[in-house]
Amino acid sequence: MANPSSSVPATPVLKDELDIVIPTIRNLDFLEQWRPFFQPYHLIIIQDGDPTKTINVPEGFDYELYNRNDINRILGPKASCISFKDSACRCFGYMVSKKKYIYTIDDDCFVAKDPSGKEINALQQHIKNLLSPSSPYFFNTLYDPYREGTDFVRGYPFSLRGGAPTAVSHGLWLNIPDYDAPTQLVKPLERNTRYVDAVLTIPKGTLFPMCGMNLAFNRELIGPAMYFGLMGDGQPIGRYDDMWAGWCTKVICDHLGLGVKTGLPYIWHSKASNPFVNLRKEYKGIFWQEELIPFFQSVSLPKDCTSVQQCYIEISKQVKAKLGKVDDYFNKLADAMVTWIEAWDELNPSSSATVHNGAAK
Amino acid sequence: MRNPPSLLSLAIDSAVPNLPNFDDLSPLPDHVLVDLFLRTLRAGKLTEKILNLFVATGKEEVLTLIRSLNIRRVITPVLPTTTIKDNEVDIVIGALRSDLTSFLNGWRSVFSQFHLIIVKDPDLKEELKIPDGFNLTVYTKTDIDQIVGSTALSFSGYSCRYFGFLVSKRKYIISIDDDCFPAKDNKGIFVDAMAQHIENLTTPATPFFFNTLYDPYREGADFVRGYPFSLRNGVDCALSCGLWLNLADLDAPTQALKPGLRNNHYVDAVLTVPRTTLMPVSGINIAFDREALGPALFPALKLAGEGKVRWETMEDIWCGMCVKVVCDHLGLGVKSGIPYVWRKDRGNAVESLKKEWEGVKLMEEIVPFFQSLSLSRTAATAEECVVEMATTVKQHLGTAHPVFGRAADSMVEWVRVWKAVGSKSS
Repeated sequence: MANPSSSVPATPVLKDELDIVIPTIRNLDFLEQWRPFFQPYHLIIIQDGDPTKTINVPEGFDYELYNRNDINRILGPKASCISFKDSACRCFGYMVSKKKYIYTIDDDCFVAKDPSGKEINALQQHIKNLLSPSSPYFFNTLYDPYREGTDFVRGYPFSLRGGAPTAVSHGLWLNIPDYDAPTQLVKPLERNTRYVDAVLTIPKGTLFPMCGMNLAFNRELIGPAMYFGLMGDGQPIGRYDDMWAGWCTKVICDHLGLGVKTGLPYIWHSKASNPFVNLRKEYKGIFWQEELIPFFQSVSLPKDCTSVQQCYIEISKQVKAKLGKVDDYFNKLADAMVTWIEAWDELNPSSSATVHNGAAK
Repeated sequence: MRNPPSLLSLAIDSAVPNLPNFDDLSPLPDHVLVDLFLRTLRAGKLTEKILNLFVATGKEEVLTLIRSLNIRRVITPVLPTTTIKDNEVDIVIGALRSDLTSFLNGWRSVFSQFHLIIVKDPDLKEELKIPDGFNLTVYTKTDIDQIVGSTALSFSGYSCRYFGFLVSKRKYIISIDDDCFPAKDNKGIFVDAMAQHIENLTTPATPFFFNTLYDPYREGADFVRGYPFSLRNGVDCALSCGLWLNLADLDAPTQALKPGLRNNHYVDAVLTVPRTTLMPVSGINIAFDREALGPALFPALKLAGEGKVRWETMEDIWCGMCVKVVCDHLGLGVKSGIPYVWRKDRGNAVESLKKEWEGVKLMEEIVPFFQSLSLSRTAATAEECVVEMATTVKQHLGTAHPVFGRAADSMVEWVRVWKAVGSKSS
């Protein structure tokens, strides 16, 4: 059963267990608004673009900053798997973190207000999402049954009410919605003003488009799957980094019995990127995703893949075998996926033997 | 810091508003044509005539762009809620209480434009009390016996609604329990549950890929980045499952453990339940496309201690599992979320717990069974699906519990009755 409703338990702050990863090329002024919520936490800032530029971090934050030179120094030849001139470089932050949880946010995302006018502590909601189970095996019509004020509905089998551990918490955005370039072109003025007061588990077997703007995950459970691919400079595609990570992550979560939640919290997305620039970046992705979706929908992982790394390597093999013929890019990507896992294991030696608690399905 | 405009971009900008004066764009180089097309789109000036101009050039890049953006000639607008097709809807109410005055008066502003089918629970002794001013047809036990004839099917209790589904002649059916009233949304405005159900049923569903902004066809929403274009047409929505404020549809053990728990959470969303995902479909507040689903909603699973409160039934949950499998198989969509209805406090969860325990235990068998159920390719209609499911239920579940064997028999009998009575109405 879900929490008793008599008292609202305090959400643990987890300040020594969570890192906030922020990719940036401009400045971090946006952190001022987040100060009351972020200041207790350690920040990992990944500076993309020109490494000679100085990024100003507001006073009072505890952080480590990595630019391209640092990435090259730390990873050596393996640095080739980390994108350049694209926010996909943020996944380097996941790799170097030593914490159990990661929250990643874009530098044009601000604190949103709920319908009562109260400022939303997005991080706290993500923590709530990650610390309570998911329900991927059967859909609960009242959404997340572990939230205050709700529960499992009639007909929900009791044997499934323990749920699955939550690996990912996918938040949403008010104001500028995360639309692709064609939609942005056709509806340049549309703003997301609808506050949907729900968190729900994305059911097992269902894929979704994962946006990296407001995302938290349990690094110990799913970290190695959060590779944001080869994007940006020198690559034929952009704006599919988080999508790629999301599809791989969901397939692996389904296989290992982990849950993915979406919904609250909302952040306020302030900047609309140029749709023409976006179209150029996404152009190939729009066609390729028609092949990618059936590919991911049909990926099946063998029972002996019991760790995230094993699952990920297996996916990279299938990417090479089946997507290599769509474009040579996928051959490079498959290799980069392997490099990523090698780099991950090098930087995180104890986790290379990690076997997930649940049985692989 | 922007580059100053080039002669080419200035030329394209001035061409956009003058496109109606052109009758042939094929002399233009490919990249200029693509740019012109995109700018026309952005300026909101893509009319059918102009689209034809671009298509007539025969240039591959433009045609590909048109296909990938899914631009089609005839644009079918999403129907606004004010133009509900009244004569295509029947509202079916199962009357388990004799005095329907406050119920019908509560819904008057919303019900009065529709035809209502009221089916009296055959076990109810008292005469129905119904206020004036509605367009309705009332059916009682006598009518049921007369129309259906001799049958092992039971229309007692909540199952009386199914008789209403049977005799309806309309395309859409909306069915609400008689202890539910209009709910208020977050702004304090009463929700027109009928309009929202119709909206759900008349806009496509998206079962193959999850949209993180929920129903993309709602005002102010759309498909998000990463949603494949080929899946953006969606499929027909055949079932709309609404929700409940105040007394939610929790089971007896849960409500007994948390007697004070009431649902105050108005979640302003409707979403498609993905293909292959099963869910408990509550019969309290649903709507469906009768033409598409036909006999796929039926009175079949009757608990030994079935009673007159929802805590003491599983018939709708069983039916809902079957319907979801049928929808997944036939490529139809199921939506869940708004509209909400406000459900009155009624009954005693602890008392019901004694009876409903049977239902709770049965779910442990029901869910794995349906999760592994797949229908054969030859089952192409809802009727064929139901008959095939009944056979499988009998084989795999019937041996363990007689209640499933009886359910299977009821499903088969229901299809027979539907063919004799129901399909004549459509």
